[in-house]
Amino acid sequence: MAVAVPQPVAPPAQQSRKAPAARRDKFFAWFWIGPAVVFVGVLLFYPVLDTIGLSLFNFDSSKFVGLQNFHLIFTNPLLLQVLRNNLLWLVVATGGTVLLGLIIAVLVDRVRIESFAKATIFIPMALSMTAAAVIWRFVYAYAAPGEKQIGLLNAIWTAFGGQPQAWTADPKSVLLNNLLLIVTYVWMWTGFCMVILSAALKSIPTEILEAARTDGASELSIFFRITVPMISPTIAVVATTMLINVLKIFDIVYVMTGGNFGTNVINNEYWNQLFNFNQFGVASALAVILLIAVIPVMLFNIRRFRIQEAQR
Amino acid sequence: MSATPHMTPNPTSDVALPLPRVGALVRRRSLAATLVHVFSSSVLTVLVVLIALIWSVPTIGLFISSFRPPTAIHNSGWWTGLTPPWHFTIENYQNVIQAQGLGQAFINSLIISIPGTILPVLLAAFAAYAFAWMKFPGRDWIFLGIVAMMIVPVQMMLIPTLKLFTNIGITGSYVSVWLAHTALGLPFAVYLLRSFFGALPSDLFESASIDGASHVRVFFSILLPLSVPSLASLVIFQFMWVWNDLLVALIFLGGSQNVAPLTVTIADQVNSFGTNYEVLTSAAFLSMALPLAVFFGLQRYFVRGILAGSVKG
Repeated sequence: MAVAVPQPVAPPAQQSRKAPAARRDKFFAWFWIGPAVVFVGVLLFYPVLDTIGLSLFNFDSSKFVGLQNFHLIFTNPLLLQVLRNNLLWLVVATGGTVLLGLIIAVLVDRVRIESFAKATIFIPMALSMTAAAVIWRFVYAYAAPGEKQIGLLNAIWTAFGGQPQAWTADPKSVLLNNLLLIVTYVWMWTGFCMVILSAALKSIPTEILEAARTDGASELSIFFRITVPMISPTIAVVATTMLINVLKIFDIVYVMTGGNFGTNVINNEYWNQLFNFNQFGVASALAVILLIAVIPVMLFNIRRFRIQEAQR
Repeated sequence: MSATPHMTPNPTSDVALPLPRVGALVRRRSLAATLVHVFSSSVLTVLVVLIALIWSVPTIGLFISSFRPPTAIHNSGWWTGLTPPWHFTIENYQNVIQAQGLGQAFINSLIISIPGTILPVLLAAFAAYAFAWMKFPGRDWIFLGIVAMMIVPVQMMLIPTLKLFTNIGITGSYVSVWLAHTALGLPFAVYLLRSFFGALPSDLFESASIDGASHVRVFFSILLPLSVPSLASLVIFQFMWVWNDLLVALIFLGGSQNVAPLTVTIADQVNSFGTNYEVLTSAAFLSMALPLAVFFGLQRYFVRGILAGSVKG
């Protein structure tokens, strides 16, 4: 099964000059890429086609319904909330991890305890989502007013005179519930962004920075005029990875709230529709929305990739 | 440590410039500048320590809780355990390892993670080599097709794959999870390794090809040794993802306890005993021990490996 629609590709001009090797490559390359193509084609690309097909049929795939499932999703208030939550995640979680990762990478670059600081930020990355959820239950735990608070956030909150809050579980504060889950995600993934961005920072020649400082440039303008432009390809890589990751967010929501209290996201609702309600049509339509949402990200990457290829 | 740290050449210092051109300038404003520098660099250090502390607090809380008796965990915040009288115990760890079958889950996680890491990394390395250094029709489209599959959420492949695996009779076995993790890990692995491999100097491959070395020889005797750092970084990522995976294991292994990995066992406990904190603390800590060991063990390669790929792209 081919992975992409086969398109006629113009033979490179130098192929005739490198004739023997190129002709051998044409044939032998398939031995090298074959296993990967088979795995991805059968286990990922075929399900994509299958899902797109199922999204146009009814709940048990017995009747063609056109775009009715999509119509349902975009008119049902609960499902609309799911889409809105994903959008909130996309903006806040992606922005949060990339920005914090960049800021921390720049800060730790200039202190002596760099490796220690980096390790503490990276540790949450090595944890499972379930372990992280356990950790954050300790932070968000709730006890009735008057009782001793064993959750850190409520202990601090009540120490400053507030009433204990059911963090992540108060149906009245949907936005806050979502943001608190996003905090957990940012806590986990900032280390990933930081490590990669920090590596890129190391590649900026020190002479450039020193020259700028000699000329009296402020640290802030060095950051925006030199640092950020020079590592922008790496920022693009990190941001793309985070965007795709956040779009597919599932574990944190599933383990911490199960999608209750207004915190549902597409992937968790997909799970519900598929395994709890057996609504294959709606479930597939939800998945197709994810797929479509990520097309612009991929187009951007294809363009970026082509520019890189041209420069090699 | 020298008595005047600010006077010694320091790569992060913005005062002690080794450039003769600015020597006079530096000397002229050295007192004021040095004061500013010492002040700002200690402010910076304090800031970084603060961030590191804030980041660690949740994990430290879990670590302390895991050594507290169940009644104490339920009745007081973990921070109260820091003050005397101390009541630390390893009871939680003993209970979990013996009674909850977590030992078996740990072994299951290893059985899943090791092939689930080696297989995709190896296949991705083969493919990435061809995509980077061979010319064949449709190369770029096939590559982009594989990379695009990075976007497929696990949920999407579950049902068709489950049908397929049930037809060939491997559902509920480790093989199904290995195959699923290989497919899921491949797009990112191919993407990453192709950029690593593509960043190697092309002279290397051209001279080898003129010498008549076959692709197999170039791959094993030139490419792989040169790519140890980048492969190590990918291995850490893939291992952490497979080790920490919940969904694939839930679906393909079912609820059976004798094949369930740590993540499934712990998630079960969270859902069924939501307030059973003493079980959760030690279980969660045991599950994070190995990924942390792998991370610290390979950290040096990790950073260098990422540098090689992300910067030269």
